[in-house]
Amino acid sequence: MAKNIISFAHKVGAHIVYYIDYVGALTRLFFKTLYWIFIPPFKRQRILRQAFIIGVESLPIVSLVAFFIGVILALQTAYQMQKLSSEIYIANIVALSIVRELGPVITSLIVAGRCGAAITAELGTMKVTEQIDALETLAANPIKYLVVPRFLAFTFMVPVLTMYANLVGIVGGYLICVYRLGIRSSMYLNMTFDSLQIKDVTTGLFKTLIFGMIIAMVGCLEGMRTEGGAEGVGKATTLSVVTSFILIIAADCVFTAIFYFIFP
Amino acid sequence: MIEIKNIYKNFNSSKILKGLSLNIADGETKVIIGRSGCGKSVLLKHIMGVLRPESGEIIIDGKDIAKISSKELNKLRMRMAMVFQGGALFDSLTVGENVGFTLYEYSKLSAREIEHRVEESLSNVELCGIQKLLPSELSGGMKKRVAIARALCVNPEIILYDEPTTGVDPITADSINELIRSLHDKLKVTSIVVTHDMKSAYRIADKIAMLYHGKIIAEGSAEEIQRTNHPVVYQFINGLAQGPITETIDKCI
Ligand SMILES: Nc1ncnc2c1ncn2[C@@H]1O[C@H](COP(=O)(O)OP(=O)(O)O)[C@@H](O)[C@H]1O
Ligand SMILES: [Mg+2]
Repeated sequence: MAKNIISFAHKVGAHIVYYIDYVGALTRLFFKTLYWIFIPPFKRQRILRQAFIIGVESLPIVSLVAFFIGVILALQTAYQMQKLSSEIYIANIVALSIVRELGPVITSLIVAGRCGAAITAELGTMKVTEQIDALETLAANPIKYLVVPRFLAFTFMVPVLTMYANLVGIVGGYLICVYRLGIRSSMYLNMTFDSLQIKDVTTGLFKTLIFGMIIAMVGCLEGMRTEGGAEGVGKATTLSVVTSFILIIAADCVFTAIFYFIFP
Repeated sequence: MIEIKNIYKNFNSSKILKGLSLNIADGETKVIIGRSGCGKSVLLKHIMGVLRPESGEIIIDGKDIAKISSKELNKLRMRMAMVFQGGALFDSLTVGENVGFTLYEYSKLSAREIEHRVEESLSNVELCGIQKLLPSELSGGMKKRVAIARALCVNPEIILYDEPTTGVDPITADSINELIRSLHDKLKVTSIVVTHDMKSAYRIADKIAMLYHGKIIAEGSAEEIQRTNHPVVYQFINGLAQGPITETIDKCI
């Protein structure tokens, strides 16, 4: 019995140490990245290339998912609102839910699943085939060369994709309401733009800035510390996606609470 | 002059280097032999400053590479080059961009001049016209030669080769040996070559050193090594299945 308790405590302790260690490593990488952003030479080409990959890779699936979310949200809201015979508020609810919450989170999760995983696989392969060591021997800093362009590209592209997702989602809701539920088009648009304040858009986008950083940092960290050949790359990729998901949702909760309680 | 003084290195709980000391004189070709997994690649990465020892010093031209700033270390690395075991070519760059990597990154040469230098380096390893290919389109032996070309492209004073002749055909292997010899004779390049290809070791070495259980257990010219009466070295260079190396492994099990 005592033995069991001790071994249980051991396991819990090991997990706690692992997470503290992980957050430490993530923070260290973050500050190193910030430092290397400002050290020349600056190669815009590299950042643009990464941004292009993220954008092009994610555009189709972001469009698809955002559109369906808009449709689903409109239908679910309609179900509630019809009971209260206040269908005209569907527009408000769809717009606010998408812009404040669903757009940012869904886009970030998609980007984490597609592009975060891809950078972990890429950097992980580079690590296990000694390409990262080779970079160092060629006097190129791996953080400057590999992490900085990805960090900047994600930080920039996730908000851009989110704005696009917001638009597509609202269009999805619009189509359902106007062509299926018989709400007048001008009415729907008015309600949408009246309900949205600048604050709603900016807080949503601010969150995605942070989510973009999280995806880039986790993706790069997992990639750069990959070990153990092809199997290791697979493990690192899975871990990268899972960790990004958890951190994004946790950060979302924290920021939403902050915006709700402190800057209402 | 490279002086390695009493270095120790552990990975997790396994001790890989255990008080290794070795000196490499300027212009010398030192061949390091040893079984797979004994830490030869780890030793080379220590010399490049990619890995740091737990204790001990690596001194290159009078400077301890663990103590100098990263700027100075990079300056030193510009004079050195390492050929990795698997080539370690960058997948996302073409052969030309790989070979000219350092020049494209740091030199002020024009693109035309860099292309010329790249072509020259590739012709040194008997490759031409493959600048536009990606590493994934090359055979294993070609990757190795491109990796050597990448090392040569910066005209380094010190070159570290990690098993340059493993996995290439015998004719290519001989031309690589010849290349290492001619760099030694003509340009007085300091070379450290890790290999377990004894034929190649005898051809290129000024001195051969044997790494065993984390230490250098024997060092000497090719003749001295061939005439050794150290039982471990004797077993290794003659490739015998029976002997002290395999016996200690049996004991471990
Ligand atoms: N980065 C690392 N992390 C953990 N273990 C390592 C690492 N690099 C090498 N090793 C271990 O060190 C030992 C020596 O490796 P290496 O130097 O590659 O051998 P070789 O002499 O064949 O080149 C091996 O057992 C390997 O598993
Ligand atoms: Mg090796």
